[in-house]
Amino acid sequence: MTQHAPAIETIGISKIYGSGNTEVIALREATMTIQRGEVVALLGPSGSGKSTLLSSIGLINPPTSGQIKIDGKVVMDGPKPFVNLQRYRRERLGFIFQKSNLIPFLSAIENVMIALSISGIEGRPAKRRAMELLDSLGVAERAKNLPSALSGGQQQRVAIARALANKPSLLLADEPTAALDSKLGRQVMELFREIGHENQAGVLVVTHDQRSLEVFDRILHMDDGLLTELEVANSKPK
Amino acid sequence: MNLAIRDVRFNLGRFLLTAVGLGLLLMIVMGMGGIYKGIEEDAVLLIDELNADLWIVQSDTRGPFAELSRLPANVEDRAWAVPGVASARRFVTHTVQREYQGRSIRISIVGLSWPTDRGEWLPIISGRTIAQGHYEMVADVTLGLGVGEHITLGKDTYHVVGITKNMISSGGDGLAFMSIADSQAIQFDAAGEATRLERAARRGRAEDDDITQSQPGMLERANMPASMNPAFGSPMVSAILVNLKPGVDIEIVREVMNGWADVTVYSGEQERQLLLQGPVDRARRQIGLFRVLLVAISAIIMSLILYTMTLDKIHDIALLKLMGAKDRVILGLVLQEAFLLGAIAYVLAYFIGKKLFPFFPRRVIVTNDMLVWLAFAVMVICIVGSALGIRKAMSVEPNEVLS
Ligand SMILES: Nc1ncnc2c1ncn2[C@@H]1O[C@H](COP(=O)(O)OP(=O)(O)OP(=O)(O)O)[C@@H](O)[C@H]1O
Ligand SMILES: [Mg+2]
Repeated sequence: MTQHAPAIETIGISKIYGSGNTEVIALREATMTIQRGEVVALLGPSGSGKSTLLSSIGLINPPTSGQIKIDGKVVMDGPKPFVNLQRYRRERLGFIFQKSNLIPFLSAIENVMIALSISGIEGRPAKRRAMELLDSLGVAERAKNLPSALSGGQQQRVAIARALANKPSLLLADEPTAALDSKLGRQVMELFREIGHENQAGVLVVTHDQRSLEVFDRILHMDDGLLTELEVANSKPK
Repeated sequence: MNLAIRDVRFNLGRFLLTAVGLGLLLMIVMGMGGIYKGIEEDAVLLIDELNADLWIVQSDTRGPFAELSRLPANVEDRAWAVPGVASARRFVTHTVQREYQGRSIRISIVGLSWPTDRGEWLPIISGRTIAQGHYEMVADVTLGLGVGEHITLGKDTYHVVGITKNMISSGGDGLAFMSIADSQAIQFDAAGEATRLERAARRGRAEDDDITQSQPGMLERANMPASMNPAFGSPMVSAILVNLKPGVDIEIVREVMNGWADVTVYSGEQERQLLLQGPVDRARRQIGLFRVLLVAISAIIMSLILYTMTLDKIHDIALLKLMGAKDRVILGLVLQEAFLLGAIAYVLAYFIGKKLFPFFPRRVIVTNDMLVWLAFAVMVICIVGSALGIRKAMSVEPNEVLS
């Protein structure tokens, strides 16, 4: 891994859903870069292609054309994978969704531990790290509870802990605060900023929430599949 | 971290209910096998216990179990005379259905060739075998008679002196053992009036015949008991059982007896096969077929259960894939739950069956072979049944989490 390679780089990726009459162009040659430690927001109207971009970068929705590089390495060229995608997702990516998407039959701490287990970390070390993460997100005292016994905000924080478990180089969040009230939403956004800066991870957050934009280093805008960069909202990271 | 156990714990009620249902189904599969085995064992049990080398029956019949066989008792004497024969016994069997203490019992009566055969070979569980040639009997426990009880059959009352276990006829009725003379007394019992009428008719016929003119003694005898009339043979028996001296070639003895035009001779093994192919064959085949169907049905039900269990988790499986879980993790989740379900159902089936089968009207014999076979079958069903679910789980795309 090159020291200064960007966390993620896309070079002219397009995504076309369907074909013929039902063809939808969701992404039009999107090119962008997110450095490690950079916290970036992605805005845009509904249906503009934000989720499509995020899932393409997340290696779960291959683009029709264009290249995706992670940590300086080409991982996708068009729909063709160049690496073991499962492994890349496991080792370098963290996902957070609008709904928390916790596994309902696992307790809060087990939901974090399962991510560690998938990367081969088991037993006491896994437990310790999971507890640390929950603690840093302020939900340590609910560690033994099932997701159904947690509030929406607590669930989301457990989901964030899980996404951070494997120290990803890139954190992808799709409307993570949509289910939260504005105060809690704000807290979560600030958390992303901290995480990005402290862990030297790239963070890309899709959001509709105009009020907390100042926490981001950069703001990208998407409209009808076209990606543009808005003026820098904050000073550049250190 | 074991996902299967946690998922099961999460849906414990539903999982256990499913396991109980499946367990009952497996219990029936097990029971069917047991009934099949029971019919087979009961059928040949008497033959095996009697342990005769040769069975002499009425010529051209496949008696005495597969069809009626009657032959004169004196064939026994003929058999004794054949070189190499160690012993010959008369054998009589017939079934009666009588009222006893307000309930109806079916008794399959087996006559023992008193005094040579006193029933020492019987598996007695309480009391003793018969010690006198008349009015004593040994009854199977399924008849519900106790030692010391008295039961009236025909004109005489019989004293139950011993109880056997698992002595059942091929029809499923309990066996009772007594001397041949007694068993024939029951078989040929006629009401006093019927006997009187028969003797009167006999006398009438004798009077019409001119032979009694020259032989007045015959007229005198006509209305006396049949046993006092030399012209009447003694009652017929069902078969003669022959045992050979050690080292004697069974085929040579058989050859001699086959020379007698009035009998047919079978070896013990042939008699067994006659019975298995005869009276019990259809019942056996029917149950065998039923059993195959049940296994197939269990497999289908299990597949459906495992499939829906997987469908319920499809979102979680997509999530695991999104997090980069290896296929092994997901395969393990589905398969482990399948095996857990199968194992619990199997254990339940075993214990419920153990408690329930003794109450079945016929014997249910669950052998170790059968248990191993069923365990193996459950395992195969688990794997085959998971196949659908696994296919579904494996084809889930991680981006289904987003939908
Ligand atoms: N699986 C799919 N098949 C066909 N069309 C799709 C599919 N997924 C998305 N689209 C289309 O692609 C376009 C972009 O969708 P996308 O979900 O990326 O929008 P979005 O910006 O995330 O919207 P929202 O803010 O509502 O979440 C939309 O027109 C949508 O209808
Ligand atoms: Mg979206």
